[in-house]
Amino acid sequence: MDDARPKHSGWSWWYLLFLLQLILVLWVPYYNRVEPSWIGIPFFYWYQMAWVIISAILTAIVYRATSR
Amino acid sequence: MQEINWVALSVFVLLFALITWLGFAAAHWRKGDLDQLHEWGLGGRRFGTFVTWFLVGGDVYTAYTFVAVPALAFGAGAAAFFAVPYTIIVYPILFLVFPRLWNVCHKHGYITSGDFVRGRFGNRWLALAVSITGIVATMPYIALQLVGIQVVVGALGISGSGWAADLPLLIAFVVLAAFTYSSGLRAPASIAIVKDILIYITAFVAIIAIPIELGGFGKIFAAVPPQKLLLAVPGPNTTGAYGSYATLAFGSALALFLYPHSLTGILSASSSKAVRRNAAMLPGYSFMLGLLALFGFFAIAAGVANLPEYAAGFKQFGNNFAVPALLLHSFPSWFVGVAFAAIGIGALVPAAIMSIAAANLYTRNIHREFINSQPTDRQESQIAKWVSLIVKFGALVFIIFVPTQYAIQLQLLGGIWIIQTLPAVMLGVYSRWFNDWALLLGWAAGIFAGTAMAIAVNLKPAYPLMLGGHTFPGYIAVYTVILNLVVSVVLTPVFNALRAGKLPMDQTAAADYLA
Repeated sequence: MDDARPKHSGWSWWYLLFLLQLILVLWVPYYNRVEPSWIGIPFFYWYQMAWVIISAILTAIVYRATSR
Repeated sequence: MQEINWVALSVFVLLFALITWLGFAAAHWRKGDLDQLHEWGLGGRRFGTFVTWFLVGGDVYTAYTFVAVPALAFGAGAAAFFAVPYTIIVYPILFLVFPRLWNVCHKHGYITSGDFVRGRFGNRWLALAVSITGIVATMPYIALQLVGIQVVVGALGISGSGWAADLPLLIAFVVLAAFTYSSGLRAPASIAIVKDILIYITAFVAIIAIPIELGGFGKIFAAVPPQKLLLAVPGPNTTGAYGSYATLAFGSALALFLYPHSLTGILSASSSKAVRRNAAMLPGYSFMLGLLALFGFFAIAAGVANLPEYAAGFKQFGNNFAVPALLLHSFPSWFVGVAFAAIGIGALVPAAIMSIAAANLYTRNIHREFINSQPTDRQESQIAKWVSLIVKFGALVFIIFVPTQYAIQLQLLGGIWIIQTLPAVMLGVYSRWFNDWALLLGWAAGIFAGTAMAIAVNLKPAYPLMLGGHTFPGYIAVYTVILNLVVSVVLTPVFNALRAGKLPMDQTAAADYLA
């Protein structure tokens, strides 16, 4: 490997945040239910919509943490 | 068919005229020499974070998606929502793999995945396999975009018989072909900005106004039949609907950025930093896609399928008519015009980028590699321009003369095929470990098995894999890319031994992948 410019290369522990979101959005048995519903929206739907926002925040955090 | 909606049609035509002008004017935007392929076909790699956001967003969240996902929710219910986890997990993949790919492509002047594979593995046949897969997977996708236009044109009340029925599509096609030819990637990039603003306005107005009109989300979801509201709980010894849902999301996410048009969008960014930033910003589109999926339920609750004025539309377009009918039912004509224009223009953006991407692949990895190895810059961009015309014309002929169902089925097969380029492209970005011939055989195994499995289940995405008395229904693309990887891994030491250590040159160096 090239060692002159180590940034952006190799592993960062921050990437575990990606693994976390992968598991939580693909573990279907956990969220395939109606309750607790929110303003009439079943859990199945608002849980996954909420994860869109959370995932964007997590990605922004990983971006900040690995950019320096 | 219902009568022509003149107000909506006028707004629609007006907005269409605006983007036509914009498409041609775009040739002068961040001006470059359009006789060079990277200027015509990648916009000179000059798009910053925000333009890339609009471009990639307009590119991967296509008009067809905006029609088909709510249509699936309308018809099949919860299963349609796989599009949401799909477009969540696609962004970590984008973040981890594609900035590296951007860097190496920028460094070596690569403009296609075929270019990269050729440089990395030094095998023109592997590059050819990757390029042909890309072109073949893209063609039906372009055809489906035209379906998006057909649906909204039909919903505006324009109908005819025979040749006249296809006239609006023909006009849209000529406009699309002309501005793509003259402005290259700058045209869809500029149009994407207008179109996405229209789409966002439509989505957010509808998500607030329609539930109020229908008496709240509680009432809407109460109108959805219970068996559609959630996924069916799997029986004993099977992962059932859970398995298909999760693997469809996962496999689609792995495949998305392997499509030539997605890659073209990414490579046109001005830096790998812009790509990384977009991984955090593009979920904005995923959120909107989730809202649009809910429109399918709004359409159920509004009961549009039983209203006589939409009967003809449903008869002609099936469930794809659900969203247009809902919009017609819920909004004043002028707003319907805005919303339909968003969908119609939304079809032109990805169709333009797809045809450019396919043209880049042909020009670089087939023509230059096998026919004329020393073209001038001008010849190269001229070939690409012509190929982009041919590709679009092919899609138009296809959609006019062949039943839509075939385009949908081919699009499904395309997803299974394109994922077979994953080991060479996405893993190739991280490692040169694989042997090029082993990758080619892995690709062939994946294509063959994937096609056979899809045919065995009558061209559905999920295949019920039996293992030790258990059934695992899952997305064929995921199963076959695993087979592809196993074949590549097993054969790599074999081919390396046969070659006795003489590997082809790797043009790229480890530092080329870093910012």
